[in-house]
Amino acid sequence: MATATPNPKVNHIGLPIVEYRGGKSTLCAGCGHNAISERIIDAMFEMGVEPERVMKMSGIGCSSKSPAYFMSRSFAFNSVHGRMPSVTTGALLANSTMTALGVSGDGDTASIGMGQFVHLMRRNLPMIYIIEDNGVYGLTKGQFSATADIGSKLKTGVINELPPIDTCAMAIQLGATFVGRSFSGDKKQLLAMLKAAIAHKGTVMIDVISPCVTFNDHEGSTKSYKFLQENDEPINEIGFVASFDDIEVDYDSGEVYEVEMHDGSNLRLRKLHEEYDPTDKANAVRTLMEAQEKDEVLTGVFYIDTQKPTFIDQLSVVDVPLATLPESVTRPPKAALDSLMTNLQ
Amino acid sequence: MATGNLALGQEQGALSTNRRITNDFSINVATVNGSGSQSANSVLLKSIFGMGVPVSGKNLFPSNIAGLPTWYTIRASKDGYVARKRDSEVLVAMNPETAREDILALPAGGVAIYEEGLNLKQYRGDVACYPVPFDKLTAALCPEAKLRKLVRNMVYVGVLAYLLRIDLGVVEKCVQKQFARKQKVFDLNFGAVETGYEYARTNFTKQDPYFIEAMNQTAGKIIIDGNAACGMGAVFAGVTVVAWYPITPSTSLIEAATDLLKKFRVTPEGKATFAVVQAEDELAAIGMVLGAGWAGARSMTSTSGPGISLMAEFAGLGYYAEIPGVIFDVQRTGPATGMPTRTQQSDLLSVAFLSHGDTRHVVLLPGSVTECFEFGHDAFDLAERLQTPVFVLSDLDLGMNNWMSDPFKYPDKPLDRGKVLTAEDLNRLGSFARYHDVDGDAIGWRTLPGTNHPKAAYFTRGSGHNDAAGYTEKPDEYQAVMERLSRKFENARKLVPAPIAVKDGSSKIGLLAFGTTDFALRESLDQIKKEYGKDVDYMRIRAYPFAHEIHDFVAAHERVYVVEQNRDAQMASLLKLDLPADQVVKLRSILHYNGLPVDARTITEEFATKEGL
Repeated sequence: MATATPNPKVNHIGLPIVEYRGGKSTLCAGCGHNAISERIIDAMFEMGVEPERVMKMSGIGCSSKSPAYFMSRSFAFNSVHGRMPSVTTGALLANSTMTALGVSGDGDTASIGMGQFVHLMRRNLPMIYIIEDNGVYGLTKGQFSATADIGSKLKTGVINELPPIDTCAMAIQLGATFVGRSFSGDKKQLLAMLKAAIAHKGTVMIDVISPCVTFNDHEGSTKSYKFLQENDEPINEIGFVASFDDIEVDYDSGEVYEVEMHDGSNLRLRKLHEEYDPTDKANAVRTLMEAQEKDEVLTGVFYIDTQKPTFIDQLSVVDVPLATLPESVTRPPKAALDSLMTNLQ
Repeated sequence: MATGNLALGQEQGALSTNRRITNDFSINVATVNGSGSQSANSVLLKSIFGMGVPVSGKNLFPSNIAGLPTWYTIRASKDGYVARKRDSEVLVAMNPETAREDILALPAGGVAIYEEGLNLKQYRGDVACYPVPFDKLTAALCPEAKLRKLVRNMVYVGVLAYLLRIDLGVVEKCVQKQFARKQKVFDLNFGAVETGYEYARTNFTKQDPYFIEAMNQTAGKIIIDGNAACGMGAVFAGVTVVAWYPITPSTSLIEAATDLLKKFRVTPEGKATFAVVQAEDELAAIGMVLGAGWAGARSMTSTSGPGISLMAEFAGLGYYAEIPGVIFDVQRTGPATGMPTRTQQSDLLSVAFLSHGDTRHVVLLPGSVTECFEFGHDAFDLAERLQTPVFVLSDLDLGMNNWMSDPFKYPDKPLDRGKVLTAEDLNRLGSFARYHDVDGDAIGWRTLPGTNHPKAAYFTRGSGHNDAAGYTEKPDEYQAVMERLSRKFENARKLVPAPIAVKDGSSKIGLLAFGTTDFALRESLDQIKKEYGKDVDYMRIRAYPFAHEIHDFVAAHERVYVVEQNRDAQMASLLKLDLPADQVVKLRSILHYNGLPVDARTITEEFATKEGL
């Protein structure tokens, strides 16, 4: 760790940002994923999340390596390709008091991991699921993934002819309760979205377009920095006021959709598209489908539902972690076995 | 039964009315799947049990919801043999489609009870035939057509009770227990039993030698199936996270565990101290198990062969990242879909090495319902002690059939939660390296997510890692971890259930077996002694990695037959990998793999042939 300056800025739990840093990234210089790691660090720091209360979960791929590059004080599990959802589900069942942050990629989610992804969304497991989406397989040197757009071109000249899977539309339809899309290059939007994500209780699914500088940042790519800078079309402007912030913001209520989050924070979505209502599921899906037709990359918070019970709520488990319940609670007494044996005689 | 061996049945000789065969025969009830014969068969089994006679029941059922033939065999054995008998002497032919085959499979001198319209007597002059007008009797009993097919089955219970001289009072108690709290249902069902009994008493003269006579061999015993026993073991091990995907024949294990969790593990406020999740597939089920195990919960899943195949990748992660979890595999007949409702011991090799790379797993091999309970419990201690997935390899025969047993004993040791560092420990130690072998037992110390200490966290990964859980591609660091894992597995030999020397005399010949082969093998040992005058030693293997006693047993014998229920001699193969070269040549195999549980006669014949007896 770097030596702290004499009076480093600390967050509201008294930690300097350095306590949220991770190991040195081994991803390519300029990789969008590194910017996302930085935003995660900022968001966790600004929200004053205790690093020890965080589980960093991932699958396999460039994206899934990135939890090593932020928050070294948090517990991490880099699991198997496409299966991070199930591992996270198990970990949260064992300890539902933890904050789970999953980092996946477009291959890890939309191809090999699709089976687990859809069921994760369906369960509304309380976790943050980030797709670091570059439309391409990096570690195997540049094959298309299932989020690549029709007509998008590989460096080798290969054109993608299959339609992309819109993970946001899917997540909304399947039951995720906080769904958004951002761009790794949009610091402000991504940070605000992540902070709101931390305040949300339920499945947060954020698809972050994160250009691959090595295999998918050229002319003809629809996941390049240039393409995003030109085609990023925010549907709303995200303002987030944490529960511990004491800020009064003036706004015209007609222009802002205000959401009170589970922890008392406020999410303010300034409408950029006319009358976009982020609680209208069908409209959200339709808007995304229409944008796709128009080759627009819509970003922003598409859908939010702060009321739906989470998977943990539905299981009605005790509030303390199941993992560390004492034997006196988990092992039924001798009398229980005796009565079972009597009934079987 | 249709699948029986006619030739062998006839070896027992023709019926002699002077002979009296007491408490030593099998009853085969041939019905149609979905016709609700389970209750009737259960009452019959428990009535014989209630007479104090050792008894076992086997359901031979199709992979179908309704309509295909199914057979239920009940074996009464005064000597306490509980393995499948190759043929049954008493037939209840309730399925017109298989009735002809069924009666042809009876041994000479057998008994056939059937719907009188089937006129089965035409096929066998050497069998005692008791035609019963089931339809007429049932119609009179039960005006509601919907219930008739269920009640019809209770009529044969009554007929058998009279013919075999089963105490009607005992049957009444069993019916009562079966339909506890439902007086109307009891009345209807016991009424049917009485009708069958009365019909037989009025119309039949006993012309067969088979009798059930009261004994006192079942006092204090319980009847339970292996899946329920495994589920119970897990609950008394304090399991907290259960993730599963439905698959025959393991589903009832989870159902049993879930029932018990709901019964014993809900707080007065109505909150569960457990979570049961039906996952989207077996990949997710094992993923949840490992996620939960990593976060410190006692977690389990239950599956069968196809599910095991799907769990392979995660099993390797569990081994390499050293995460506890318990996987019950109730084996069925493979390969591929195989015969989902038939039994086999054919997952042994795939489970022992499940996953790519150099992976080895601890495998427990229960050979009775008692061991289903005990191993179902101990597997959790072993998984957390060894920080690795532990497999409990049961099978359909053990899991889905009813077995007699002494009552299970309450675990006498506290739970072993393994090596876990707390925040206080870390305050004292300053830091820790997750995979460092501090104690010389090749097991590192771990922390659980949420441990409140800045040095508590570590990075769990399936990629190459060093002692400190850091990513590595350095040859020596990678190899050091692999060598420690190998040492850990070696040490597990001493921690897993030791084998049992069932018979250890001075014979030059030894037998090795595991799991449900034990039931038939014990009977076969008696047959070999009685028919060939030979004493043979026998050791039952109860776990992999193998304890040193197994090596000693092979060393002490000239020839060792490994008896198992698969085609490829999987246990023998596993032993060959483990034994010194000069011992390997001693191994021979006796194999049975047609999907039916192995029977003693098959083993005895194969042994006699191989030994030239």
